[in-house]
Formats: sequence, C-alpha cells, structure tokens
Amino acid sequence: MTRCRLVVLAFSVSCGLLISSARAQSGGELRFSLKSEPKTFDPMLADDDSSETVRYLTTGYLIRLNRQTQQLQPELASSWKVSNGGQTISFELRKGVLFSDGTPFTVEDVAFTMRKLMDPNLHSPFADPFRSAAGDVKVTVKNPNAIVLQFPAPVANLEQLFDGVPILSANSSQNDTAGLGPFVVAEHKAGSYILLKRNTHYWKHDAEGRALPYLDSVRLDIQQNRDLEILRFRRGETQLINTIEADNYDRLAADMPAAVHDAGPSFDTEQMWFNQVAAAPIPDYKKAWFRSQNFRRAISQAINRADMSRIAFNGHARPAAGLLSPANQFWFNQNLRAEETDIPGALKRLAADGFHLDKDVLRDRDGHAVEFSVITNAGNKVRERLAVLMQDDLSKIGVHLNVVTLDFPSLIERISRSFNYEACLLGLVNVDLDPSTQMNVWLSSASNHQWNPEEKSPATAWEAEIDRLMRAQASTTDNRKRKEYFDQVQQIVADQAPFIYLVNKNALSAISPSVHNAAPVVLRPQTYWNIDSLYITSTTAGIRP
Amino acid sequence: MWLRALPKHLLRLALTILLGGLLGATLVRFAPGFGVDERELDSRLSTQSIHVLRQSQASQRDILGYYRAYLQGLFRGDLGVSTSLGRPVARLFAERLPATLRNVAVGVAAGWLFGFFLALPMALSRRRSYEVATAGLSGMFLCLPAAVLGLGMVYAGGAAAMAIALVVFPRIFHYSRNILTHASERPHVLAAHARGLQPARIVVWHILPNAAPLLFALMGISVSIALGAAIPIEAICDYPGVGQLTWLAALNRDLPVLVNITLLIMIITLTANSVSDLLGQAVARQRI
Amino acid sequence: MSRARLIAIVFLAITFSAVLLADFVAPAPYAKQFREVPNAAPSAEHLLGTDDLGRDSLSRLLYGSRVSLLLAPAAALLTTLIAACIGGLAGYLGGWFERAALAATDLSLSLPWLFLLLAVRALLPLNVSPIASVTITFALLGALGWSSSGRIICSGARSIRQSDFVLQAQALGISPHRLLLRQVLPNLKPVLAAQFWTSIPIFIIAEANLGILGLGVAEPLPSWGNLLRGLENWPEVKANPWKLAPILMLVAVVSCFQLVFQKREELAS
Repeated sequence: MTRCRLVVLAFSVSCGLLISSARAQSGGELRFSLKSEPKTFDPMLADDDSSETVRYLTTGYLIRLNRQTQQLQPELASSWKVSNGGQTISFELRKGVLFSDGTPFTVEDVAFTMRKLMDPNLHSPFADPFRSAAGDVKVTVKNPNAIVLQFPAPVANLEQLFDGVPILSANSSQNDTAGLGPFVVAEHKAGSYILLKRNTHYWKHDAEGRALPYLDSVRLDIQQNRDLEILRFRRGETQLINTIEADNYDRLAADMPAAVHDAGPSFDTEQMWFNQVAAAPIPDYKKAWFRSQNFRRAISQAINRADMSRIAFNGHARPAAGLLSPANQFWFNQNLRAEETDIPGALKRLAADGFHLDKDVLRDRDGHAVEFSVITNAGNKVRERLAVLMQDDLSKIGVHLNVVTLDFPSLIERISRSFNYEACLLGLVNVDLDPSTQMNVWLSSASNHQWNPEEKSPATAWEAEIDRLMRAQASTTDNRKRKEYFDQVQQIVADQAPFIYLVNKNALSAISPSVHNAAPVVLRPQTYWNIDSLYITSTTAGIRP
Repeated sequence: MWLRALPKHLLRLALTILLGGLLGATLVRFAPGFGVDERELDSRLSTQSIHVLRQSQASQRDILGYYRAYLQGLFRGDLGVSTSLGRPVARLFAERLPATLRNVAVGVAAGWLFGFFLALPMALSRRRSYEVATAGLSGMFLCLPAAVLGLGMVYAGGAAAMAIALVVFPRIFHYSRNILTHASERPHVLAAHARGLQPARIVVWHILPNAAPLLFALMGISVSIALGAAIPIEAICDYPGVGQLTWLAALNRDLPVLVNITLLIMIITLTANSVSDLLGQAVARQRI
Repeated sequence: MSRARLIAIVFLAITFSAVLLADFVAPAPYAKQFREVPNAAPSAEHLLGTDDLGRDSLSRLLYGSRVSLLLAPAAALLTTLIAACIGGLAGYLGGWFERAALAATDLSLSLPWLFLLLAVRALLPLNVSPIASVTITFALLGALGWSSSGRIICSGARSIRQSDFVLQAQALGISPHRLLLRQVLPNLKPVLAAQFWTSIPIFIIAEANLGILGLGVAEPLPSWGNLLRGLENWPEVKANPWKLAPILMLVAVVSCFQLVFQKREELAS
C-alpha cells in the first residue's frame, strides 16, 4: 500500500512538473541593465537607448512591427487602411482597452497624440518622418472607434511609422505617465535603477485567456560598465543582456553556452568615409584624392574585411556588402557582394589616377606622399581595433594612415560643424527596415549626408541620381517599385563608395535559461521585444523564484 | 587675532571660489565639442530639427552672460538644469552628494590609516626588509589605475571607499615616510634617542610636532586626491555619486553641472586646505 | 652595497639596455600583426603571447617602456621643479605672494584641466606624429601636476623660514637667493623626492586614462599606459595572467629606482 502511494505521489509530481514546465507561470521580476540614465520619461521625446527602452515597455502603439517576422501586425488598432497614395490612413480601434490609470482608450487619445506629434515645435525622431510637407494633420472621427488621419502630403512608409508612435492619454490627469503598455513606471532611483510594475489594465491576454504580462515587474539597473554587466549576469543578479560585445559573448559562451544567442547579422554597419566638403580646411590635393572614385574604391579593395570580422569581432560579424545588412531581407539588394581584398587591383585603380609606389610609399601625380588621418570615437575598443587593422591593410599599398581617437563631442564637432577632418570611422545603428528612414542620409541637402552635408545642389551627377531615386521611392506606396529604386541607390553607393562599408556585426545577446518564451531577433529590442509573453522560473523546475 | 583676520580670509576664499567657477566654465565653454549633441547624428531627424538642436545651447555660448545669470540663480538657490540629464542640478546633487562625500571621507580616513601607520615605524628604525616590503606594496598600488582598483573592489565585493583608500594610501605613505624620516634625523631627536627616551615619547613629542605642518598640508591635499580618484572609480564601477555625474557631464559638455561641480570641489578643497593651514600654523606657533 | 640595491641596479641596467636596444632585442616590430594568432598564450615565438590584434606582447612592452621610461620621469621632473619654485618661494617669502600662490594652487587643484587638454588636442594637427602627441601630453601633465605637492612644499618652506638656523643666517647677512637655494630647498628634499617618485607612475596612468578621451599615445605606438588599460578587464587577466607583465614591470622599475636613489640621498644627507 505504501509503495502504491509512493508511485502515485511520484506520478503526480511528475505530471505537475510537466504541466508547470509547459504552462507559463505568472509572477517574478525580470532584471536587466540600461547603459545610461534615461534622459527623459516623455514618450514623445525619448530618443536615447535607455529612454526608448522605458518607452517600449510602458506605452502602446496602434500598429506593431513584429520583430521576429518583420511584418506589421495590428495592436491597439484592430485594422487599418492606407489610401490616397500614402496621404491618408484610417484606423479601426480595438474596443475595451484601458490606460494604466483605468481611463478608457478612445479616438480622442489618438487625435491628441497626432496633434502633439505634428506640433512644429516638437523635434522628435518619431515625428519628423511624418512631416513630408508643412501643415497640420487633419483628424476625422468617423465613430467612437474609427478615426481617419490625413497628412498634408503623402508620407512614405506611413503605416510602419506608427510602430514608433506611443499613444498618449488625452484625458488622464497623469497623461504623461498613464500608458497602454504592459508595465508602468513605479520607482526611479536616479543613477541606480528604474522599477516597472505590471499594468493591471493591460489589454492583452494569452491563448488561455490569462492576463498578460506574466511578469510582476521589470527592474532596469543603470550599468555603464559592460564587464560588470557580465559579472552580474553570471551571478544571476540580472537575467538578460540585450546587446553583448563579441569578446564578452565568447567568454560567457565558454561557461554558460545555453545563455548566449547569436541571431546572425544585425542591421548595424561599420563604415568609413572621406571628407568631401569643398570648404573643409584640408589641403586641396587631399580633397582631390577623396573626390576620386578610383581612390575610394582602391582603399576599399585594400581593406581585409574578413580579417576584421574574424579578429575585431571574433567571427561574430561578416563583411558588409553595402549600405543595408542582408538581415533586412526585403530591402537588401541581393546582387551586391562584399568587396574582396585585392591589393594588385587596388594599385591598378590608383595607377589609373596617377598614383605610384615609390619605395613602399604611395605618391600622387604631384609627388605628395599619401598620408591621411581617420578619426573615430575613443573608448570603443572594437572600433579602435578596426582602425588599427585598416592601418595595417593600407600600409600594404603604401598609404600611411594615422589613427586618431577623439571623445565623441569633439568628433561630432569636426564632422558636422568645423569639417576639420580627413576620414571618419563610425557605425550606423539602423532601427528601421524601411529606406525612407534614411532620407536624411542620402539626400544631398540633408544634415546627415555625412561626407558632404547640406549641399545647396548635388555636387556630383551620381548624388543627383541618388536624390532622384530616393524621392521617387518615397512618393509611391508600391513596394515593388520602391525596391527597384532603392536597389539602384544601393548599386550606386557600392560603385561610388562615398561610405566604405566594412562589416555587419551579429546581434549577440545573453538570456538566462530561467527566462522562457524568449526568442532573440536582430531587430531592436532584440531580447525583450515580446516582454509581455516572457516568464521566469528558477533553474530548478517547478520552483517559482 | 585670528578672529579679526577671519572676515578677510573668508572674503578671499569667496572671491577665489567665484573666480574658479568662471575659469572652470570658460575651460568647458572653449573646449572642443561644446554645444554639440549626439542626437544630431540621428538620421530620423530632419535638417530643421537638427538646426534647432544646434541652437538649443546658444544661450551658453556667451560665457560671461551665462555666468552672471548662473550666479543670480545661485543666490536664489537655483543651480540650473542639466543639459544632458534634463533635471535640476540641485536635485542631482541632493541624490548623489551624500554617497560621494561618505566614500571620500572613509577613503581618506582609511588611506591615512594604512599609509601613515605603515610609514611611522620607519621614523624609529630603518630596517631594510621593512622598507623594501612597504615600498613594494605601496608601489604596486601606486602603479594600478584607479579604475582597475575600483573594478577589483567590485569583483571582491568591496566598497568604493576602499578603492579610494587604495589610491590615497600610497601617496600618503611616500610623503609621510619621507617627512617622518627627515624629522627623525634632526639632531634633537638623535639626542633624545641617546638619552634613552621611550620610542613612543620620541615620536609623540619630538618627531610629530616637527613633521606636523607638512603632515597637515598633506592632509589637506589628500582630500583633493580622494575627490580626483572618486571620479574614475564611480564612473567605471557605476556608483551613482557625484564622481559619476562629473564624468558624464564632462563627456556631454554639460556646462550647468560642470560649473556647479567646479564650485563644489573648490569649496571642499579650500575648506580642507584652510583647516590644514590653520592647524599647521597653530602647531608651529606652539613650538615657537 | 646591500644585496637589494645591487639587484635593483642590475635589474635597471638590464631593463634599460633591453629598452634602448629594443630594435635588436624585440622578437618582432611592435606594429606587426600576426593575424593568425590573436590573443595567443605565451609560446616559443611569442614569449608573452600576443594581444588582441596578434601583435607580439613582449615587443610592445619593450617599445612601450621606451616611451614611458623617458617621458614620464621628464614630466615628473618638470612638475617637481615647478612645485619647488612656486611652493618654495611662496613659503619663503610669505605675505601676499604666499596668499596668491596658495590661491593659485587651490584653483589648480579644483579646475577641470581635462578641457584644457582637449583644447590642446584640438589645436594640434590630426596628422601629428604619435611621439609628438604623447610628448605634448606628458609636458602638459608635468605643467599641471605641481599643485598638490606645491602646498606641502609651501608649508615646509614656511616652517623652515621660521626656524633658528635661517634666522641666524639672515642675521649674518646671507642673501635671500642663497638662503633659498642652500638652506631652504635642500631641507625640502624629502618632500620633493616623494613628489618625483609618486609622479612617475601617476603620469603613466594619467596618460592611459587620457587615452579614453583620445589624448595620449596614438596607435600603433605602445606605451605602458595603454598596456595598463588592459587590466580593466579582470576576467581576461585572471584567465591570462601573463597580461600582468606591464604592471609587474612598472612596479619593479619604480621600486628599483627608489631603492637605488633613496640610498644615494641617505648617503648624501
């Protein structure tokens, strides 16, 4: 009889274990680190990493880009329709949704948000893409759950832009803090941490009808030091690291292989460009070098991108083929290939422009030794490694490269105000898939047209062509046509090399095995994009923390 | 007599502090990268927004005008608003200053404890093995960057104050050792030894009084050393104190925060040095 | 001569010889990248292993020592001389000069000199040679680092000014200039010596910290400072203890210098 009871007990426990491991458990606190103090809790102005994290976790959106499938999905809007060539969008809103303070979500909140967004005094990275022309947005409320927004001019990629627009409350007395996201800010100790608690009015439920999020709270510790972040992860004080450097990834992988994730090439790029500003305070002969397509392409050919990926990123990167990463599946031009290292080819290109080798020193047709400096931001060890690898590569074609590391404000001043630099090595963080978000890079009149910003008219024929193609892709809603235009832009950039793209680094992250339902992706935020579905158990099955 | 001199002394201190604030603000204003904002590199922002960003700190470009307005605000208790954190500087200080002051105070005290009492035996006996061992120990900590010491403390589960102590103690040791050994070689000390006085009595009555003015001066500057060490230690180890705030403000050219920090450091430094000067002079007068 | 001092002299002689003859002694040029073996452990080809770019660590240590061993003591000497002049004169003369000097010292201790260093870097051409850049950095450190010991020296000079033998010397009609050089400053030697010896590693470390802001030695030139920055990665150092070589070298060299020169001071006094 006793033996029978034992068997039954063991069977029950096993069933319990199986059930608990399959069924998400509510409760618990997820902890991870922010790299800096958030600069603001105003969702409309959040544009630094840390502020955007808080915004992502506490606000709701009409449309959401699913970070895994890279497809748009309905969120607070149950459906939508774009019409009028991208000038108008109609939303059918989800019913029965409440803000975190219990006030109902209505069309008025959407109207309020859009008016705030289109305020000309608001200079926000989410607002600017909507302003394809001057003027106000026309808001029409068709019924309590339907709203139509008409913009002054067609807006490229209109629906996807709503993935970045947090819906604010028009009526709540705490309208800045009442949110529609899975969590609300409960505590903030400056310089130390931010505690978010579950939004008890959150509208989402799981397939079994249980209220989401599963987690009780999320604690964001402010931690600038990457090594300390790893230490705390190892100790179990935090459960995820959203982005991790290659060195730390490998070290962690050696001890905790189940915790690390390499999601493949990210959307970020590392690139170098030459200063082509006519008024730059650099010698004219150097300006002539930098304006030469052959010179730029030769430099590109001399760089060993495979070594950069292997040595600077420990293999967690791949040579970049162009301005987009292949992770951007739809928009990437599949015909492009990363430039292969070709020293003889580089020298041949240079010879075409009158350069020649003189006892291992490359000289131009006037006898000037080819020597220039590349500036990059100090304190970024990987970028410093890239610069030193490039220095060694270019010495093989007789080019003397001086690596100058500067603190970031000094660097920004040089590349955007004084233009007192020769070449610059920086990275670009791409948070959006759509090429329209890069208008301010590719238009020759734009401020972020880094090699020659704010041109009054395109300085070269190929820049004029890029201007034409970018405007063309922004003026149609037919994605097939847009892709054709943008493929041509990518080809021109590959041919002319205004940016010399080096590598696309992989999206590396670390997630504790105690966190379930995590599915690391390449789009930001890589690890907690589905935070409302994450749940925690301890490493011992069946025991809640 | 010193009471009569006090108002003049305080006025001199106040003027020095105000001058220090202006000089500090000028250094920040004319450093490269002043007035730039990382957000200018955000490709989502339009050209117009970027121009607005560039103009947002225009009021700080006129440094004299800025400093005048700042002082007016200071007398009303308004320390300005941080441009990088968007929060009132007074609140930032209220949150962070107690932790830093505590770390610095404990760090200086512990640094003196290690450094001074390691050096003291050398005033009485010059055992070679002890000299080599202590010189090696202090030399090792002197050669380690403050950031490395700070990180080591974090890994060992120690406090930031201990890291500060490890930065301060080698300097205290080297100076104290030299000051005390020099004082111990004075003729009257040798005579005291020859007369058979107890070592403790020799130290307390003959060595320390001679060394006191220099030691008090050393005490004053050890506060500056500790404050200087607090910046990299707090920055690297993520302790939310004024040191970390200083580092962030320097990286962002946050003029409102940096002006206030300059004034704060000046007040602490001048106070520490004034106290040490007074003590040194009092001891010197007693000896006369 | 004691055994410890003999060992110190021999160690310094070997170190200086190896450093000065680095072109012949180093197994590889300091910039050469052995890209197939980054972060390698010590081996027959690379006695101290390689760094993260495959550069021979021993070679970089030898060439880095050249930069630091020459420039850091020069900067330390500069700062000691400035401290001696300003602090010594202030304490000796007293009055308004002393008050002005102490105010200048306190200002110097409190001001954010980092921004001056950034401004100087901004004024330098981008293509300045690494040696020129680091020389200017050390010169600035030397010019700015005098304030802490300046105060102590001032205090010491003030005490000496009030002492009997100085009063006697003044009564005998000895000139102030001679008094300062022959009586006051020699009695401040212990403080000046402490300032000098502590400044060397402090400036080496300061050069490393300034590297975070782009000041300091430019790649590919090594220095003790940028080699010491690697110590910030404790797990890496724990797993690869040979990466402690730069710090051990620095401690050994500074300690040996002290052993050798301190004994000379004792003999002189």
